[in-house]
This record gives sequence, structure tokens and C-alpha cells, in this order.
Amino acid sequence: MIQFWTMLGLWLGALSTLAIWSFLYKDNPFYKIAEQIFVGVSAAYWLIYTIYNILIPNLFSKILTDPLANWIYFIPGILGIMMLLRIIPKFEKLSFYPLSLLIGTTAGISLLRFLKSDVLSQTTATMLNPFSSGNLAVIIGQFIIIIGTITGLVYFYFSKKHKGFIGYNARLGIIFLMISFGASFGYTVMARISLLIGRLQFLLGDCLNLIK
Amino acid sequence: MKITTIDRRWIFLFILIGVGLPLMLPLGFKLEVTPNVQTVYNLIESTPENKVVLLSFDYDPASKPELHPMAFGIIKHAIDRKQKVACLALWPMGSQMVDDVYQNLKKEMPDIEYGRNFINLGYKAGGIVTIQAMGKNLKNVFPSDANGTPITNYSILNSIHTLKDFAWICSFSAGTPGLKEWIMVAKDKYNIPVTGGTTAVSTPGFLPYLNDQNQLTGLLGGLKNAAEYEFLIQRKGTATAGMDAQSVAHIIIIAFIVLGNVAFFVSKKRKKD
Repeated sequence: MIQFWTMLGLWLGALSTLAIWSFLYKDNPFYKIAEQIFVGVSAAYWLIYTIYNILIPNLFSKILTDPLANWIYFIPGILGIMMLLRIIPKFEKLSFYPLSLLIGTTAGISLLRFLKSDVLSQTTATMLNPFSSGNLAVIIGQFIIIIGTITGLVYFYFSKKHKGFIGYNARLGIIFLMISFGASFGYTVMARISLLIGRLQFLLGDCLNLIK
Repeated sequence: MKITTIDRRWIFLFILIGVGLPLMLPLGFKLEVTPNVQTVYNLIESTPENKVVLLSFDYDPASKPELHPMAFGIIKHAIDRKQKVACLALWPMGSQMVDDVYQNLKKEMPDIEYGRNFINLGYKAGGIVTIQAMGKNLKNVFPSDANGTPITNYSILNSIHTLKDFAWICSFSAGTPGLKEWIMVAKDKYNIPVTGGTTAVSTPGFLPYLNDQNQLTGLLGGLKNAAEYEFLIQRKGTATAGMDAQSVAHIIIIAFIVLGNVAFFVSKKRKKD
């Protein structure tokens, strides 16, 4: 019986993959069916997952087992209910309070952490001695980091017209930016091909046993 | 020129064949280990025995082909080096990914004992807030493992009270929350070595953290780096098997880009003439 369900799962997975891929040829009913099933199943899965893995263990079980000891959990519970009230137009404004609390807290936490990790540490990492290493390749690499950072910043400096010295630097900055966009595109291609490899390993290996 | 008006479905077909054939008939392209991958390997090699390490599964099945081989490789390497592995998830489906890796690991390493060498703490919502809370008291955030058993029942976390007690932290990250949050809190606040594995799409965004501030201690980016890691631990897994296909697909794409550009410039010149 277990083998039957395993086989059924494999074939459902294989047929769904082929149905989605059929869109590459042209839009068709198989693709539409697979797409709708995916959306419906995902929505249902997330709803059940949220109830059983987030709400019940983190809130309901604590409130129901020992409400006095866990009284503090009533606060997020009430805030959560207030958030849901936005679906009733008459009480919509009540949802603004938990929302503002959420935005304020997130902004406060993020500001500190981003300032340390993305501004201070990154700036410190750029303030380097390019000749600290005896290796020529490393020295060239460190010069590229310094020049790339400065010219990239010059490109985004809009308070002065990009002419003369600033213009040359801005043009160099855009070259660095273009190279980084190219590298990002290359990585994206690699990622998409990796996903295709994953699916083909499933189809050719798990389903058809063609991969040894 | 015909190449400029080629039906894109031909390109899809070429890619499909280019990826499918090398999977069935491997070509054996050579693989070279890059410094970032070597750094991750060295981190695990240099960690003493019996130290507890933390791995965060911040991905779901959509990123499984890229991140699963890395997760398997790093956990296997850590356990081979007699380190204790604690796993958690900041993404809801991450916990199932941990279970899947553990089941496969158990087939190759039957001696692993759950609760002694390995534990799955399960999923916790909250992202960066959860990590910050773990920095103060781990057992308050994870009083029980993924199965609901109190973690005090297992010996693996006896010496662990906060994040600072872990030897290093690794996040397998497909987005937010993920590796960036671990860098921000675990490294930049608590100064714990943080390493990670990311999907190739997000790798360029993490490269600036590989700096002399050591915000990241090595990085595995995409299937290529996963295959390099498999090479280092001498285990041919799905990443290694996929590398020939990846290389052939890249050659096909490069060929089409070159052909397309040549055709574009030739037709432009012809129009001028």
C-alpha cells in the first residue's frame, strides 16, 4: 500500500511538472489546470500550517493550558484579532494600531542592525590598505574594490552635473555597475538551470530510473 | 538573418537536451575548488571535536535542488569531524527539509543518534527577532524540538545556553529571513563565525560580506559551489551529478548570445549598406 502511494506521488509530481513545462510550447488547458491546483493547494497548505505550527503552539495552547501564568500572550492575541478587523469596514481603523506597532518595532530593529552591518562594517571593509598583501592579484583586486566603490558612489551623486572629472568618474562607475549586473545575470542563469537540473533528476532518475 | 527571428522554443529544446543528456551520460568535466568554498571547509576542519554547531534551514522545496546538496555535505562533514549538529528553520518548510536531510544521512551514517549527534529544533516564526532572542536564551525560544519533546531530554544541548555557545553558525538561505539576518545578529552583534549557502540568484548580494571584517566566513553560492564541497568531502552527490549538465547548458546559452549578437550587428550593417 505504501508503495502505491509513493508511486502515485511520483506520477503526480511528474505529470504536474510536464503540465507546467507545456507552457513553454504555448498556453494550454494542462498548464492552466496545474497552475490552479498549485495555487489552491499552496493556499490551503499555508493556512493549515499556520494554524497548527504557529498559532496553536505559540498562542492557543499557552492561553488554554494556563491563562494566568501566560496572561502576556493575550496582548499579541488581541493585536492579532485587531489586525484581522480590517476585513470589517466599520472597525477597519482598529487594524492601524497593531500595524503601526509592527512597523515601528521592525524599523527600530532594522535601523540598528542595517547601520552596523551594511553601513559601518561595509565602509570599514572598503577602507583597506591595497598593499597589505604581497600577492599582485590581491593588490589589483583591492584597488578594484576601492575604485569601484568610489566611482559607483560618484555615479549616484546627483548634486553636481556629470561633466569633467566627475563625469569621467561617473562613467567609470557605470562600467563597474554594468559588470556587476552582468555577474548577477550570470548567477541567475546558473540558478534557473540548477532548478531545471533538479526537475530532470526527478523525472529521469526517480521516475524513469535512467540516471545511474 | 534567420537567427534573429528564431522561434524561442528551439532554444528551450536545445537547453532541455543539453541538460538531460549529460545527466544520463556524464561527461566528467573537471572541477576546481574556489577559495570561498575552501574557507567553509577549513572552518569545519578547524572546529574541535564535540563542539555544537548550528545550522539554519531558511528555504523551502523550491530551492531544494541548489541548497539541499550543500546542507547534506556540510552536516555530513561536521558529523564526520565529530561535531554535534543542531538544526532549526526560519522558514516554515525548512523543518521538513531538515528531516529529509536527516533521513538520507541516516542511510549513509547509521551510527548517528538523534539527540546526541543531531537535533531538529523545528520552525520558529519571527526572523531577526527570533535570532536576537536566541542570543539571550536559546531554551526560551526553543523549549522543545520539532517533535515536541523538551530539549532538556537530549544531551546534545547540555552546554548550550545562548547563541554564543555555538562554535559556528551556517544558514542555507533562499531569501528573507535568512543568511543576512544571521550575519546582522550572530556575527555583527555576538561575533560568532557565520557561514552560509545561498541560491545562485542571491549569491552576488552576499559577496560584499566576504571582507576583511569577516562578516561571512566563506560562502557556498549555487549548485557549482555545492559540487565543489562534495568534491572536498569526497562524496559524489546530486550537485556533482548536475555539474556536467550545468556546464553544457551554459555553453549553449553563451553560443546563442554570441550568435544573436553577431546576427544583430551583421543585419544592422546590411541595413546601413
